[in-house]
Amino acid sequence: MISFSKVSKVYGGAGGVRALDQVDFTVADGEFVALLGPSGCGKSTLLNLVAGFEKLTEGEMLFDGQTVSRPGPDRGVVFQEASLLPWLTVWDNVVFGPKVQGLLRNEYEPRAHEILKIVGLEAFQKALPVQLSGGMRQRVGIARALVMQPKALLMDEPFGALDAQTRLSMQQLLLEVWQRLKTTVLFVTHDIDEAILLADRVCVMTARPGRITKEIPIDLRRPRSIDDLTNSEFTHFKARIMTEMRGAHDPH
Amino acid sequence: MPKAESKAGPLVSVHLMERMRKAALALVLPVALVWLWQLSGTNGAIAGGALPTPDRVWAAWKTWAFGTSTFGLNPYIGTWTQSLWFSAGRVVYGFAIAIAVGVPIGMIIGWSKLASAMVDPTIQWLRPVPITAWLPISIAIFGIRDFGAVFLITIGAFYPIVINTTQGTRDVDKNWIRAALMMGAGQRDVLIRVVLPAALPSIFTGLRIGLGIAWTAVIVSEMVAVKSGLGYVLWDAYYVGRMDIVIADMVSIGLMGFMSDFLIVSIEVWALRWRRLQSFDA
Ligand SMILES: Nc1ncnc2c1ncn2[C@@H]1O[C@H](COP(=O)(O)OP(=O)(O)OP(=O)(O)O)[C@@H](O)[C@H]1O
Ligand SMILES: [Mg+2]
Repeated sequence: MISFSKVSKVYGGAGGVRALDQVDFTVADGEFVALLGPSGCGKSTLLNLVAGFEKLTEGEMLFDGQTVSRPGPDRGVVFQEASLLPWLTVWDNVVFGPKVQGLLRNEYEPRAHEILKIVGLEAFQKALPVQLSGGMRQRVGIARALVMQPKALLMDEPFGALDAQTRLSMQQLLLEVWQRLKTTVLFVTHDIDEAILLADRVCVMTARPGRITKEIPIDLRRPRSIDDLTNSEFTHFKARIMTEMRGAHDPH
Repeated sequence: MPKAESKAGPLVSVHLMERMRKAALALVLPVALVWLWQLSGTNGAIAGGALPTPDRVWAAWKTWAFGTSTFGLNPYIGTWTQSLWFSAGRVVYGFAIAIAVGVPIGMIIGWSKLASAMVDPTIQWLRPVPITAWLPISIAIFGIRDFGAVFLITIGAFYPIVINTTQGTRDVDKNWIRAALMMGAGQRDVLIRVVLPAALPSIFTGLRIGLGIAWTAVIVSEMVAVKSGLGYVLWDAYYVGRMDIVIADMVSIGLMGFMSDFLIVSIEVWALRWRRLQSFDA
């Protein structure tokens, strides 16, 4: 579904910041991949390349077998701060995509209703984003991406700004949604627990140069839930990834 | 939403009280000034008859507004409403053109680096030329006619509208645009459905400043280049020594400016409801 071969990204022309360096990376169809790494290692850059928000400097990147030239509804992006349009109601935010794509009302409205129900917001359709809590806003962000039936979901620290408890319930929600829809997900985070809980595979990134140094398959049983956070298998993965990341931090 | 509803009851009456208190406070200064002005005059005049006192102005205004002319010679009997509409009509006309031209140009300059590089320097270069300096050209092209005033109003209101729209467009949250593109919006949809509403707060700032300039422009051009409206009456009354009419005219201009600003602000409050909720929250 997504494949990077020898992709580099340099911001600001020659002599600029080399955010990604010779990255080789793939995400299979229907796979849930977490990108884990410290701040500034290039996670967002990698995701923005797939989204079509940024252009790569060297190498080749394919999405669904094609090079990416611009953003599009086949790649649903969920932003860290939700980035809803504040003058539109929850409903109008969710149907914005289908509307501008010129889809027929009777085609997208049932779907939008269903998705709002899945994320538990059917009672808040008429509310404005400012009237919602951070977690609810993020659920709208997920709903507006899902309503387009994208081939992949690209999520950039979607729960990073939420408190611990809301975060857990959002992780639970995402697990349920994903286990139901089985879309390809590329999920950026710097929370190890979150990466292990959600992903089929965790890719650990390092900074300067921005690279993927280790890929760890997480073969925890599905369906998963937040109860898995405390079991021994989980702890085993966590220990492994922590060692991996520590190694990545000081190369001695 | 339920949160807002439960507050609505008590809020309304508190709001009304607060507004009445504000209105009362706002009146203290003008009433005091008028009172002092009245006191400083003797026999209805100040400074050896150079200026009339408020009661004289009031009487002159009443005749100007409601008097019925018997001989048809005195231009200051019953013509106030007519003059008012002449000026207001020109402001509406010129201001509408300024919006229709200024908002799209401002959005294009703010959106496209190429357009900005090509158009912005010219605008910044023409901008320091005051509207009064445009008077000769206006008269040369349009003569002593209505459109001269409209032309000046448009020019005067154009700059603040363009500049604020440009700034508003540049300040739009990048992620809103990215989100719209991700959802399949084309350039046109992004501009109309995202950039325009996002820039609206800045655009309204430009409209308010532009409207103030529009009133200046209409009075100036009527004083020189058009033979009707509040500006024309102002200058004409001065020539025939009717300072009572001059002052009544000035008060009328102020009132019109104040009311049209109130109108714009009301539209703004309505159009930016989503923002008001935001500031309640904070
Ligand atoms: N638009 C840009 N222009 C210049 N440099 C940039 C730009 N965006 C990112 N960078 C740089 O590229 C590097 C990687 O940034 P990126 O945002 O991808 O990191 P990240 O892993 O997402 O970090 P975080 O966890 O803090 O979000 C950083 O050094 C950053 O300063
Ligand atoms: Mg980031």
